[in-house]
Amino acid sequence: MIIKVLGTGCSNCKKLEENTKKAIEALGIEATIEKVTDFKQIMAYGVMKTPALVVDEKVKVMGRVPSPAEIMKYL
Amino acid sequence: MMNVITQIFSGLNDGLLKMTWLSNIIKSLVENVFGLSIKEQLGGSVHFFIYDIIKIFILLSVLIFAISYIQSYFPPERTKKILGNIKGIKGNILGALLGTITPFCSCSSIPIFIGFNSAGLPLGITFSFLISSPLVDLASLLILMSFFGAKIALAYVGVGLVLAVIGGTIIDKLGLEEYVEGYVKEIENVDAEIIEMTKNERISYSKEQVKETFHKVWLYVIIGVGIGAAIHNWIPQSIIEKVVGNNNPFAVLMATAVGIPMYADIFGTLPIAEALFGKGVGIGTVLSFMMAVTALSLPSLIMLSKVVKPKLLSIFVAIVATGIIIIGYLFNAFSFLLV
Repeated sequence: MIIKVLGTGCSNCKKLEENTKKAIEALGIEATIEKVTDFKQIMAYGVMKTPALVVDEKVKVMGRVPSPAEIMKYL
Repeated sequence: MMNVITQIFSGLNDGLLKMTWLSNIIKSLVENVFGLSIKEQLGGSVHFFIYDIIKIFILLSVLIFAISYIQSYFPPERTKKILGNIKGIKGNILGALLGTITPFCSCSSIPIFIGFNSAGLPLGITFSFLISSPLVDLASLLILMSFFGAKIALAYVGVGLVLAVIGGTIIDKLGLEEYVEGYVKEIENVDAEIIEMTKNERISYSKEQVKETFHKVWLYVIIGVGIGAAIHNWIPQSIIEKVVGNNNPFAVLMATAVGIPMYADIFGTLPIAEALFGKGVGIGTVLSFMMAVTALSLPSLIMLSKVVKPKLLSIFVAIVATGIIIIGYLFNAFSFLLV
């Protein structure tokens, strides 16, 4: 599973990354997290408000920081 | 019948927005527990300080929660779809209106600018959105109502929207498309699938927004209330009148010039504005100050400078600043209608 955290480096993006790590640990699955900070790449997903969560190339969350519990639903 | 309605409205206004009950509680606290008289300097400042801080924090929590919930229905990706290929002044009006309900932070100025641009929206419509977004929103409307009353609050929203529409239209007419940074024009439009949130997700999002806003602004609120208390109780009326009072024809200009470089939230500037207004500073001067602080902030200008060239950026700042100054003088001139 390839997870991408889209964000230009603001504190929310870091929180999303942390919450995603917690979700992965809680589920005990194999997944890699990639941070995408270049906004040309971010815009390629059509995302206009960061942070955003992309799982296997599908955008699951845009513009907010979901809790680890919420993220687990998407993994 | 009318009497009953007026009474209910007045009761709601006093209870929820002006919080007279809170003022009275704090008054008893200051007088009976601290043993200070409200009418004297120290007692008056302490009352102002405690009451305003609590009032702002309560309003902040309730308003941000309610408004974030509404805004969760209007992510910028949806605004982009709605604005689609609308051209002309209708687009500027719609852009300005959507700017008020779309959640905004300076970090989203770049993606929003690029997104709208690549979707084919005219430059001026994008700018109408970018002007109204930080300047006018439901939270400002309600908190202004709380501090200055409904007439002033609605007038502020009205002129803010007019400024956004006219500003955007001027930018359209000037034909400044060539001043958008090259790489922006090369980015292709991608329409993200808009993900609908469940009710629980909206609630959790709104709670997060309250926490986040709190973290961002609590210090500004305390500083703002501190300055407000100083103005309210310590700085002599004569000094304030001389510097920014109505006898000074440059008051609006100064208020705008001081406000532009400042980066603070409306929650932090309000107590200062309230105190100045209480000391007889013109309503236009006070509103210009608040508009200058919120509409033009250094962080979003820095962001915008990455997507537009200096000439377009300066024209944008000049148009908004001029608009704010004109609004300030107009409000001062017509204040007898509002106050």
